[in-house]
Amino acid sequence: MSITSRFWVSLIFSLPMVLEMVFHPLFGWMLPGGQWTMLILTSIVMLISAVPFWQSAWASFTKHHANMDTLVAIGTATAYFYSMYAMATGREVFFESAAVVTTFVLLGQVFEERMRNNASNAVAKLVDLQAKDAEVMRDNQWVRLPLSEVVVGDQLRARPGEKIAVDGVIVDGQSTIDESMVTGESMPVEKKVGDSVIGATINGTGTVTYTAKKVGDDTMLAQIVDMVKKAQNSHAPIQKLTDKVSDIFVPVVLIIAILTFMVWYVIVGASVANSLIFAVSVVVIACPCALGLATPTALMVGTGRSAKMGILIKNGEVLEAVNDVKTVVFDKTGTITNGKPIVTDVIGDRATVLATAAALEATSEHPLATAVLAQAKADDLKVSEVSDFKAVEGKGVTALVGGKRAFVGNDKLAADSVLPDELQAQVADLQDQAKTVVYVGVENQVIGLIAIQDAPKPSSKSAIAALHARGLKTVMLTGDNVRVAQAIAKQVGIDEVIADVLPGDKADHVQALQKDGAVAFVGDGINDAPALTVADVGIAMGSGTDIAIESGGIVLVKNDLMDVDRALALSKKTFNRIKLNLFWAFVYNVLGIPVAAGLFYAIGLTLSPEFAGLAMALSSLSVVTSSVLLNRVKIESKAVTA
Amino acid sequence: MSQIIVLIVGIALIGFIIWWFFGKHAVATESAKVENQQQTVDVLVKGGYSPERVVLKAGVPAVLNFTRTDPSSCLDRVVFSDFGINQELPKGETQAIKIDTSKPGTYTWACGMDMFHGQLVIE
Repeated sequence: MSITSRFWVSLIFSLPMVLEMVFHPLFGWMLPGGQWTMLILTSIVMLISAVPFWQSAWASFTKHHANMDTLVAIGTATAYFYSMYAMATGREVFFESAAVVTTFVLLGQVFEERMRNNASNAVAKLVDLQAKDAEVMRDNQWVRLPLSEVVVGDQLRARPGEKIAVDGVIVDGQSTIDESMVTGESMPVEKKVGDSVIGATINGTGTVTYTAKKVGDDTMLAQIVDMVKKAQNSHAPIQKLTDKVSDIFVPVVLIIAILTFMVWYVIVGASVANSLIFAVSVVVIACPCALGLATPTALMVGTGRSAKMGILIKNGEVLEAVNDVKTVVFDKTGTITNGKPIVTDVIGDRATVLATAAALEATSEHPLATAVLAQAKADDLKVSEVSDFKAVEGKGVTALVGGKRAFVGNDKLAADSVLPDELQAQVADLQDQAKTVVYVGVENQVIGLIAIQDAPKPSSKSAIAALHARGLKTVMLTGDNVRVAQAIAKQVGIDEVIADVLPGDKADHVQALQKDGAVAFVGDGINDAPALTVADVGIAMGSGTDIAIESGGIVLVKNDLMDVDRALALSKKTFNRIKLNLFWAFVYNVLGIPVAAGLFYAIGLTLSPEFAGLAMALSSLSVVTSSVLLNRVKIESKAVTA
Repeated sequence: MSQIIVLIVGIALIGFIIWWFFGKHAVATESAKVENQQQTVDVLVKGGYSPERVVLKAGVPAVLNFTRTDPSSCLDRVVFSDFGINQELPKGETQAIKIDTSKPGTYTWACGMDMFHGQLVIE
């Protein structure tokens, strides 16, 4: 029989006895049939609703375990069987206690069951996002296939309004795609040929054809689901306390209950019935389910909610570690900045300078070359052929363009050439603006400068302001030179810059910073993986490499630095909620026991078994409710300016 | 007189509780048998888990069959926190749980409320 129906049976048959409890003192109304009616009603409640508690209590007893069922079973059985004995020998009975306690305990469990299902449905919602089928190219025809038959390399098509089936790259068409369900990014994103698409996102206006790159368990959605599942069921270190407590709690409560009875009966000299009532109250109020629910429910709701915002928190440990973070360290390229350098200024004759540079860089894969070529293309310049191409290690490149020797490179390469004064003056200026300067020259004469910059992301400045508002110190780690690093730091408001860091040394710098307190490291590249692991909290950017995501404790699906602040806020909120829950659960149990034992009898404060049962049900309920309410808590940044 | 009897019985009961719940008692352990590259262990969920300690061989696909006969809502879920498994156990139904045995070690599982524990050893 389900808990819900056991509850209803219990409620209906205890109700007459509750009515008597209320109306007897007021109007002298008595239950027809007196004790016999009570015996029959209570026996029904016991048989249908309470016996399952007794069964599982006995089963665990034989295994040397005790749990909340043990307490409920002992409480109800004692009240029931003692009342039968008391009835036979003409003493005071308390059948109603046994029935009402059963009702309240079941009430608590009914609500708790609902709430627990409520708290755990974040994963189900994520799984539901998955497309069920997809239009796939097979034998040169579009056919609709179930998702399980899609393999890597398949050509798929998504019409407007349809879901993208799997992760892939667009090969034809363009569209805007709503990625909010996966990344939490509320604005639809423009996608064109060459851009990657994420499975389970919704295609907007255009039809796109894309090649499947990741299917099944490898897709981003599947990875997210997996991560959320693990996080929701992980343990927070604070929970070790309750694990220990729950092992010894129930036997200790039983001992306290026996002591209570002995003190009342032997020392105070109360009647058996009264002494027994105190002992039963102790057993009932002490049910530790609130304690056991405090951490897992909050963890479940907190991680589920953050996943919806595109922030994946890997486990409870990370959540707890966030609380101690004093310093946030950022990688520069790709984290604070876009990671894609662009040409910002061209000094000299723009067309000539750019065309020359582009011709020379056409075969280079250097990131700066990519920026130059992109700009040349944007300016619609014709890139001419070169001959006798030479790369000069650590300096730049030279080649013959239209029969003349031209070069593109840094100051070292330009050192042998004539540099006009007006250009010389510009160099320092540009460098102070965090721009990398490239010299372009023909026949030992510098003809122009190209300034290239990896610009900060639009949100970087406000994100760092938000972290400052939280009282955190911010540090930037970069392999770039001091001048550029300082300039970027100034633009976004970073406190401290550590520049010229070799990729292998990032972890060491993080360790050094850890001497002043816990450190969170935010990064995205392969070379960030050691630092992400070493840091107390590793925050990986979702656009980053798989290895970085693997190493991070928190993954930001959106590429937005503001999420660092949100992740910290959410983790703190969740952890505080766990602490609050534990506090309330302990209060119920720790304060409830002395009251139930009759310690405050002298000042008229006692707790009957019925009220102990109600208090117990309410304690579980309040803990689970407080966890579910975490879904409604506002997450806002502390920064005033945005 | 009755006071003295209550006192003696009470102290005896406390002594029994301490011995029964805190004393050292053997834990039911079961090692999986490997058949056709597959290992299976049946776990009965009744007032706890029997066996309470399961030993699996590393690298061989493993399935634990959980059957709950206990009516307690305490036991209605089984959670393997290290594997991200949180499986509902409807009463009377056998639920197969696949365990990834690629990483040897000692893991624990627990009921949904973390009141009952079992141990999983992969070696």
